[in-house]
Amino acid sequence: MRTILVILKKEFLQIFRNRAMIPLIVFMPLFQLLILSNAATYEIKNIKFNVVDLDQSYFSRELVSKFTASNYFILNEASFSVEQSLESFKTYDARLIVYIPKNFERDFRTSGKSEVQFLINAEDASAAGIINNYAVNITRQYNSEIVTKSSVIPEKTSLININHSNWYNPELDYRTYMVPGILVALVTLIGSFLSGMNIVKEKEIGTIEQLNVTPIKKYQFIIGKLLPFWIIGIVELIIGLNLGLYIFGVPLLGSPFLILLLASVYMFVVLGIGLLISTVTHTQQQAMFIAWFFMVLFMLMGGIFTPVESMPDWAQTIAYFNPIAQFNRAMRMIMLKGSQLKDVIPVLNFFIVFAVIIMSLAVWRYRKTE
Amino acid sequence: MDYAVTVNNISKSFDKTKAVESVSFNVEKGELFGFIGPDGAGKTTLFRMLTTLLLPDGGEAFVDGFDIVKDFKKIRGSVGYMPGRFSLYQDLSVEENLKFFARVFGTTIEANYELIKDIYVFLEPFRKRRAGKLSGGMKQKLALCCALIHKPGVLFLDEPTTGVDPVSRNEFWEMLGKLKEGGITILVSTPYMDEASKCDRIALMQKGKILDIGFLNDIISKYEKPVYALRSGDMHKLILDLRAAENTDSVYSFGDYLHYTDRRGKAVEEDIKKILISKGHTDLVFKQINPGIEDCFMSLMNK
Repeated sequence: MRTILVILKKEFLQIFRNRAMIPLIVFMPLFQLLILSNAATYEIKNIKFNVVDLDQSYFSRELVSKFTASNYFILNEASFSVEQSLESFKTYDARLIVYIPKNFERDFRTSGKSEVQFLINAEDASAAGIINNYAVNITRQYNSEIVTKSSVIPEKTSLININHSNWYNPELDYRTYMVPGILVALVTLIGSFLSGMNIVKEKEIGTIEQLNVTPIKKYQFIIGKLLPFWIIGIVELIIGLNLGLYIFGVPLLGSPFLILLLASVYMFVVLGIGLLISTVTHTQQQAMFIAWFFMVLFMLMGGIFTPVESMPDWAQTIAYFNPIAQFNRAMRMIMLKGSQLKDVIPVLNFFIVFAVIIMSLAVWRYRKTE
Repeated sequence: MDYAVTVNNISKSFDKTKAVESVSFNVEKGELFGFIGPDGAGKTTLFRMLTTLLLPDGGEAFVDGFDIVKDFKKIRGSVGYMPGRFSLYQDLSVEENLKFFARVFGTTIEANYELIKDIYVFLEPFRKRRAGKLSGGMKQKLALCCALIHKPGVLFLDEPTTGVDPVSRNEFWEMLGKLKEGGITILVSTPYMDEASKCDRIALMQKGKILDIGFLNDIISKYEKPVYALRSGDMHKLILDLRAAENTDSVYSFGDYLHYTDRRGKAVEEDIKKILISKGHTDLVFKQINPGIEDCFMSLMNK
C-alpha cells in the first residue's frame, strides 16, 4: 500500500508537471462541449432553393411564399426552366428546386389532385433527407389549408391527422442529445489514450529498466499507473456534467450517482484497453496510433454522432459489444429518460465482465522480465 | 561459497544471435570487477540477466547468494543497477528522483545518506533542478546515487562512463574506489580499455564470450611476444608494407604509432628496419614497448 502511494505521488507530480496535460484535462472537455454540441447539429437552416413556377397562379405563388416564410428556406432564384435552375446545383447556390408544373391550380380545382416536384441535391444524403422532410411538411400543411378553404370537395375529405410528440427531448434539441455522448467520449479518451501513453512513456524513455530492478510488484505498478487516470476521468466527468447541466441546460432526470457508479466501472474497461495497448507497444507514437484506430472505430460505431439503429444488422451486433455504445446509451437513458439502476443493470454487468476480461488479459501480457 | 556473484555457463540468444554464450565467472565480495569489450560484446545482456531483467536460456547464476531465476524478487531488493542509458525521470527534480527510489525500496535518503554523501555533495546545489536539465556528468552521479540509496550488496554499472568527459570519468572511478572501500561489490562494464587498470579484476569480452579473466597484470604477463611501436613519415604506407611482410603476426594502429608483433617472436628489429628502409620509409621510429591491455585484447580476439 505504501509503495502504491509512492508511485501515485510520483505520477501526479509528473502529470501536473507536464505542460500539455493540464490544458488537455481542463480545456478539452470545455472545448469539446462548447464546439461539438453547438456545431454538430441535425437542424439545417437557411437552405437556398430555386423555384420553377410554370403555373404562375394564386396557389403556386402561395405555396412558394409558404417556403420563404418558413425559417428554413431562402429563395435563391426563380426561373422558367429546370435546366437553368439546375445550374445553381453545380455552384452549390441552391440545394432544392421546387418545380410547379402548368395547370397546378386548375388541376387541383377540377380533379382535387395536382403535383409538385422537388429536386434535391443529395450529395449529403442525411441533409437531403432533412430538406425533403421540411419541404414535404410545408407542402402538406399548405395542402390541408387549401383543402379546407376550397369549395370543390369539402365534405368528402377525410384526412387522417397524425399528431406526434417527441418524448425525452421534446424540442429535439441536438445539444441535449450530444452532451451525454461527448462526456462518454471524454472519459474514454482519458482512460485509454492518456493511461496507455503514460505507461509506454516509461518504456520509451527507459525508466522502466530502473523501475523493474526495484521491489515494486507488478500489481503495485499497474495500480499506481492506472489509478491517477481513473481519478482524473471521474473528476472530468463531474466537471463535464456540471457544465452540461448549468451552461447547456441539459436535463438530468436520473441520479448523478448512478452515472458515477456506471462511469467508475466503465473506467476500468477503458483503462484495461489502455494498459493492453501499452503492453504491445514500445513508443508513445505507436500507442497513440493503435489507440486512435480503435477509438475512432468504437466511437463512430458507438452511437455518439449517428444513431446505432440506423446501422446495418451486423454493425448493430458489434455495437452491442462496444463499451462506448453501451455507456453512451446508458448515459442518455439516465440523463434524458431518468432511468433507474434496474434499467441499467445489464449495462453494468456487461462492464464488469468486460473489465475483468480485458484487465486479466492486460495484466497477463504485462511483464517485468523479458 | 563466499562469492558475491557466481555465474555458470550462462547463455542468452536473440533469434539467431548468440548475445551471451556459456559465460562463467565468480566475483568475490568487495571486489571491483570490470567487463571490458567493444559494443555488442554481450556486456549489457549479461548485466540484464544478472539484474533479473532478462531470463537466461541456459546456465545458472547467483547474485548475493540468490538464484537469478528463482529468487528474482530478493535480488530486486538487494542489488543496485545503473543502466547504460540514463533511466531516471527527467521531469522530476534531483531530490524527487532520489526520494522516489529511496521510498520504493522502503528506506529514506537520511537513513543511507552516509553512503551517497561523497557523491551527493556535487548534486546538492542542483537539488531542485529537473534531472533532464543536468549535464552528462551530473546525470551519471545522480543515477549512481539512485542505484545506491537502498544500500545494495552488489552494484551493477552498465557502461557508466560512456559519453562522459575525461575529468568526470576520473572522478567517477574515484567514487567507485571509495564505495569499494565501503564493502560494496561492484560490477562495471566499459568499452574503454584504459579503465581496466582501475578494476581489481577484469574479464575481456567479445562476441558473447569471455576471452580472458583475471588480474590485469596476469593477463598482460601471459602475453609473451615482444611488441614494437613504429612510426614513419607515411603511416598509411607503413601499415600496408608491414601487412605485406612475410613474418608479420599483427599490425594495429594505436594513436600515433603502429603496434607490431612478429611471428618469429625473437629480436627482429634489424630485419624489419631493413625491409622498411628498402621500401623508402623515412623518419622511421622503431622501439620495443611493454604490451598493454589493448595488445592482449587484439591478440585474444584473433585466436
